[in-house]
This record gives sequence, C-alpha cells and structure tokens, in this order.
Amino acid sequence: MTHRPGSRILTGTRIRERRLALSRRQADVARAAGISAAYLNLIEHNRRPVGDHLVTRLAAVLDVSAAELAEGREESQIAALREAAVRLPDDVSPELDQAPELLARFPGWAAALIAAARRADALERQLVTLSDRMTQDPYLLTTLHEVLSAVTSVRSTASILAEGGEIPPDWRDRFHANLDADSLRLSGTAQALVAYLDSFDTQGAIFTPQEEVEAWLAAGAPPVRDSADLASDAARAMARAHLLRMEEERAALPDALLAEASGDPDPLRMADRLGQPLDRVMRRLAVLKPPGYEGAGLLVCDGSGALTLRRPTAGFPLPRPGDACPLWPLFQALATPQTAIANVVEAPSGRRFRTLSLATRHQPLGTDGPLLTRAQMLILPEERGSPGRADLLIGPACRICPRAECPARREPSILLTA
Amino acid sequence: MLDILMIEDEPNIAEAVQFILTREGWRVALHGDGLGGIEAIRGAKPRLVILDVMLPHRSGTEILAELRGDHDASLAATPVLMLTARGQATLALPQADAVLAKPFANDDLRAMVRRMLN
Repeated sequence: MTHRPGSRILTGTRIRERRLALSRRQADVARAAGISAAYLNLIEHNRRPVGDHLVTRLAAVLDVSAAELAEGREESQIAALREAAVRLPDDVSPELDQAPELLARFPGWAAALIAAARRADALERQLVTLSDRMTQDPYLLTTLHEVLSAVTSVRSTASILAEGGEIPPDWRDRFHANLDADSLRLSGTAQALVAYLDSFDTQGAIFTPQEEVEAWLAAGAPPVRDSADLASDAARAMARAHLLRMEEERAALPDALLAEASGDPDPLRMADRLGQPLDRVMRRLAVLKPPGYEGAGLLVCDGSGALTLRRPTAGFPLPRPGDACPLWPLFQALATPQTAIANVVEAPSGRRFRTLSLATRHQPLGTDGPLLTRAQMLILPEERGSPGRADLLIGPACRICPRAECPARREPSILLTA
Repeated sequence: MLDILMIEDEPNIAEAVQFILTREGWRVALHGDGLGGIEAIRGAKPRLVILDVMLPHRSGTEILAELRGDHDASLAATPVLMLTARGQATLALPQADAVLAKPFANDDLRAMVRRMLN
C-alpha cells in the first residue's frame, strides 16, 4: 500500500503517546522496529510520513494494533482548524503547522475551536444575507423611499412657514394642508414599517428554504455542498431535486436543439416544431436564455397559487416570497388548464412584459391518486419605448402597489395612506 | 425664458420647491411624471432642470441620459440638478451637474440653484 504525504500525519503523535504511556525509550523502540532513533524522532514529531509496513512493525513493538495507530485520519478536522486560523485577524497568527498536534493531543479543544469557527462563519453569512435584505428588499426600499419623500416634503414646507416672509393666504392654506397630509402619510408608513420589521422576529427563521434556493439559483447554482446560500437541510434537498429535474429536462430537450429553435418568438410554435410539451419548452427557455429570450424569467405556482419557483427578470415587480399580485396571468391560467394564455402586462413603473402562462395537470399516483395542477408563467421584457400597449396592469403585491383603483386589491397599500 | 423646470412626481415637494425658488425671483415650471419629461424639457428649454431620480414610467437617470444625447447641443448641455432619496454616497450620477439628497434644507437648495444659474 502506498501512502500520501500528510495522510499519516497524526500517526507520529499516536506512536509517541503510546511509547510514553509504556515508559519506553525512543532508542529502544527504534532499534526493535529496525530504524534509527533519529528517524523515529522525526516520525513522532510528524515530520516524516510513515508507511504501512513500518506502522505494522512499530505497532508490534508497542503492543498495539496497527489500525489503532493509523486510525482516525482527521484530515478534514485539520483542514477545518487551518480554515479557522485563516479567518482570524491579521495580528493573530497561530502555529498552522501545529494543527495536527493540537488535534491529536487536545481533541476536545480542537473540536471546540472548529465549532466556534463554524458558528462564527454561519453568523457572518446570516449578517451578510440580512444586510442584503436591508438593501434589496423591495418592500423595505419602497417604504423607505416613501418615508424620505414625506420627510422631504414636511421639512421643506415647515421651513417655508418658519422662515417668515410674506406668504399669500392661499399658499399658506395649501402648505398647512400638505403638512397635514404628509404627517398622516408618515405616521401610516412608519407604523407599517415597524410592523414589517417586527415580523422578522415572529417569523423566527427569516429565510425560508425557498428563499435559500432562490439565492442559490441567483448565484448560478454552484455545487450544493459548497453553497453558503443553502443553509438548511430542506433547502439542500430542494436544490438537489431541482438539479435532478433540470438534468432530466436537459436530456429531453438538449441545449443545442433549443438554441437552434429559439429564433421563433412564439414558444407555442417552437414546442410544436420540436415535438416537445410547451411547459418544458418554457422552463428550458427560462434556464438556457437563448438568443431572443435573454431576459426571460419564470414563475411557477401549485394548484393553491403558492409560488414554488421564482426566476426573476429585471424590472418585473416581485414582492417577498409568499406574496403576489392576484392579477398576474399565472393565476388565470390555473382556471383554464392546458390552454396557453398570452398577455402584455405593465408594471407600475411603466415597464411592459410579454407573458405566456400555462397550467398543466398531473396524476403522479395514477388514476386513483389526486389530481395536481401546476401553472407557470414565462416573462419576457419588452424593449423600453416599444409601440403597443398593455392589456393588463399588474403590480407586485397589494401592500406596495400604487394602483389605488385596482379591483383585485385585498388590503390597503402603504403608498396610498396619505 | 423659463429659469427652472422641475420634474418631480411628489406634488407636495414640487409645490414647496416651486414656492421657495419663485420667491427668489426665478420662473419655475413643474412636470409631474417621467413620461413626457424629455419633451417638457425640449419644449421649455429651461436654464436649469431639477430632476428627481425615482419617477414613474421613466426614471430621472433615463431622462438625463436622453437629454445629454440630444442633437441640440445647447439643450444637451442644460445644467441638471438631481434630487435623490437614496443618498449621494450610494448613487453615481456622472452626467448630472449636481446632486441633492432628500431631505434637504431650503438654504442648501437655494444656494445650489443660485450657483448653477449664475
């Protein structure tokens, strides 16, 4: 059997511990094993690798099994200790070459150090994701913009009144009315903001497994094991299942075949020509994003309307997971399975998107099993300033939607509290 | 000739700024939407544009980019003061002549406009 340098790095320490436990001199053990005392000294201090044959001879001399001397090649723990050391501040420099010694002599302390480093790493990751949330959460961004707008108006208007000078009565009345409206808006928005931030505590875990998977997808779906975004077991299981599905779909509709057909702007015609089900073509377009579909996004929901996958596209108003606009054509598709619905929708920002929505039905457990429905919506951004108009005005979610007269509104918007 | 065209969708802020600057003797007009913003500038040819960054339908940065690319060189060079609610430090607006973060002090607004118009 061969040995790799370092693979027996702890064996030396174990040999030394065993020899000292037996109160035997280094020279005696070395002679009995057929090596020089100097060489044994190097082995015991882990400065020379030790092969299987020599381990067997030393084990016999030390009256212990070879397996016991060679077992527990804790390379991963040594790596973890070194990783922990690398993350320390620059002015703290532990003896990296002594990591194996530390692990062998004080396994409990080494485990504690590794656990502490891993916990610090997890907390750091959580801090980064929380920080990302504070800077990217559409609800928070919209709400804070509202607060700043109201504060700006209050400050400028109040200063006008406080500065003195002549103010015509009609202007004075208007400023008073503006102050009243803005202070109302400010108090409503502040209350909504506090309630929203409070919900962080009551939710316990801020991130759902679905959010973790979305973050992982947004990061380019790196290997599941290495992804810092996939913190929970549930998220890792979902990511693996997702990869498996993607692999199956890629095998059924290879990249080259899809790219070749993607010159057609109509996915229905494309599916027909490829002899593929439309829902698969839509999913593959959102993943591969071939020419003509570069900005494609995809939303998928189950029969209850719960979103199970969100591949965002730039400019399309997505709220926090668990929330949605009831006017998204995705939900209309649930009512008419197996029928593709094409729309041009307009976001509150004025951006327009072509959407294609389709619901499909499945009975994975056979005729005796339940009937499952799944809907998906392919989202394709239109060029800014392109002619034509939208046939549907949509939003992100009622609480952050500015469309006051929307017939689908289910709760007041914080943007309309003034 | 119009001194200042302000494009701002928050009517209460627009009214306050219009009053502050009008009292200083400048002629001020308002436009309340990103849509038609560039057309309003072309029509009014103001000496200064005050432009909010976050506007419905068309953002202030898009309007600014279109203005700077206008075939009328003198119009393209119109001084632009951007108003942003995101803080000057977080937003790079290289095509703007000046940036004022909301909320702002009326004195700061007056001083900045005076400097840009003079």
